[in-house]
Amino acid sequence: MSALVFHDLTVGYGGGAPVIDGLGLEVAEGSVVALLGANGAGKTTLLRALAGLEPARSGRVLLGGRDLTRMSTEDRVRSGLSLVPEGRSVVVELTVDENLRLGGLWRHRARARKAAVEEMYALFPPLDRRRHAAGHTLSGGERQMLALARALLARPEVLLLDEPSLGLAPQATAQLLGVLRATAARTGLTVLLAEQNVTGALSVARRGVVLALGAVVADRPAADLAADPALRHAYLGF
Amino acid sequence: MDRFVFLFSAGLARGAVLALFALSLVIVWRAARVVNFAQAAMAAAAVYAAFAVTAATGSYWAGLLTGLASGALLGAAVERGLMRRLPAHAPLPGIIVAIGLVMVLQAGLAIAFGPEHRPMHPPFSERPFIIGGVPVLSPYDLFTLVAAAAVMGGLALLFGRTSLGLQLRAAAFAPETSRLLGVRVPRMVTLGWALAVATAALAALLLVPTELGLNPHAADLLFVNAFAVAVIGGLDSPAGALLAGIGVGLLVSLVTGYASAAAAPLAVLALLTLVLLVRPGGVFSAKEARTA
Repeated sequence: MSALVFHDLTVGYGGGAPVIDGLGLEVAEGSVVALLGANGAGKTTLLRALAGLEPARSGRVLLGGRDLTRMSTEDRVRSGLSLVPEGRSVVVELTVDENLRLGGLWRHRARARKAAVEEMYALFPPLDRRRHAAGHTLSGGERQMLALARALLARPEVLLLDEPSLGLAPQATAQLLGVLRATAARTGLTVLLAEQNVTGALSVARRGVVLALGAVVADRPAADLAADPALRHAYLGF
Repeated sequence: MDRFVFLFSAGLARGAVLALFALSLVIVWRAARVVNFAQAAMAAAAVYAAFAVTAATGSYWAGLLTGLASGALLGAAVERGLMRRLPAHAPLPGIIVAIGLVMVLQAGLAIAFGPEHRPMHPPFSERPFIIGGVPVLSPYDLFTLVAAAAVMGGLALLFGRTSLGLQLRAAAFAPETSRLLGVRVPRMVTLGWALAVATAALAALLLVPTELGLNPHAADLLFVNAFAVAVIGGLDSPAGALLAGIGVGLLVSLVTGYASAAAAPLAVLALLTLVLLVRPGGVFSAKEARTA
C-alpha cells in the first residue's frame, strides 16, 4: 500500500520552463525515502508542490488513496501530509512552547495536546530546557529540532522534510536524523527526506531517489546508491 | 494646579479613545500588513447603525452592541469582498482601495442620512465630579476609560492566552509556516479585520457623544491622530498603541488647555516627526521588525 503517490507532476515559476516536468513517484507506507540531488535539481520545488505551496501545472497528488490535488495547504496538512520546509521555519516571535502548541491545535483537544507536547519534550530534551524561550533566541540546531517536533506533534501520515541538516553541525545533524529514524521505526511514519547530506540521508533511508533537472535519474535501495561511485560522481558531486 | 488636574484627567479619557482606535489600526496591520485608511469611514458607518438602533429602541446599550457587531461584519465583508482580491506583496493597491472605500462610504452615508451633525446622547452625565473643589473626570469619561480598558484587556487575553489568539498571532507573523501547521490563515485574516473594525467602531462610539455629533466625517480627526499614535507606538506593537495613545491624549489636552486648541494638532505632528527622526520604527517597536 502506498502512502503517498504523485504522477505527471509539472511545476514551474512564472511563465518559464518547468522546474519539475511530469514527475511521478510512489512512496510505500512506513518507508523512509531519501530524495537526493544537487542544487537546482528540483527537490524543494517538489516538496513545496506536494504541500500545496506551489501550484502544479498538471499532475495529481494522492495520500493514502485520497486525492489532495485541489486542496489548500492547510487542508493537506489536516489530511496528514506535513512539510518541514527548508531553513528556519520556526515562528520566531513565539516561544518554543507556543510553536509546539500551534503544531497540534487542529489535531488534539486541550488535554491530549498537552500530553503530545510533553512527549515531544521527552523526545527532544534540548527543547524541554528552553520551553519559554522566544524562537529568535534559539540556535540553528534547536530551531530545526523544534520544526521537526512541531510537525511530528500533529501525527502526520507522511512527513516531507526539506534539508533538515542545512547549516547544522555534524553532531546536531546526527542527533536529528537519529530521532527521525527511531520515530519512523516506532510509529510507522512515512518520510520523504530531501537532503544534500547524502551520507546522512542514506543512513536513515532504505530507498534513495536521485533527481537531476527535475527528473528521476535513479531509484534504488539506499545501500546500492551509497555503494555506486559512478552515480555519486555524476549526480551528487562527491 | 487645579487646571492641570482637570486637563490631565480629560486627557486620559481622550487618550483612551485614541489608544483604542490606534489599537484597531495595529490589529489590521498585524493581520494583513495594510494600513486601513478606511477605518474611520467604516467606524462611522457602524456608529450610524448604532445610532439607528438606539433611536428605534431607546436603549444606548442595544445601540452599542449593534455598533460593535456591524463594525465586525463590515470589517469581515471588506476583507472578504475587497482586500483579499488585491495583489499580494504590494502596499499601494490596498491603500488606494481603502481611500476609494472612504469616498464611497462617506458619500453613501451622507446620501442616506444627510450631511448634518446628529447629536448623540451619552449614557452617563458629562458633568465632571468635583473633588476638593477641582473638577475631574465626568461619569462619561469614567465609562470611556472603563470600556476602553475592558476591551484592551479582553483583546490582550484573546491574543495572549487562547488558542485562537495563538493562531491569530502566528498567522500574522508567519503566514506560510502557519498554513503548514494547519492554521486556516485566510480565516484568521478575516477575523483580524472583524476585530479591528469592531474596536474602531467602539472608539468612534465613545468619541461621538463628546463632540458635535454624528456625521459621515465624525471619526476622521480621530483617525488622523490615532494613525500618528500607531506610528509613534510602532505599528506592530499593541502596547505601543496603548501607551502612545494615552501620551498623545494627555499632550493634546495639555496643549489645548495651556496654549490653544489650534496648537494641539501641531504638537502631535511635532511629536510624530521627532519619533520618526529618532526611532522610525516607533517607540515600542521590536528590534527585528518583519517587513512582510
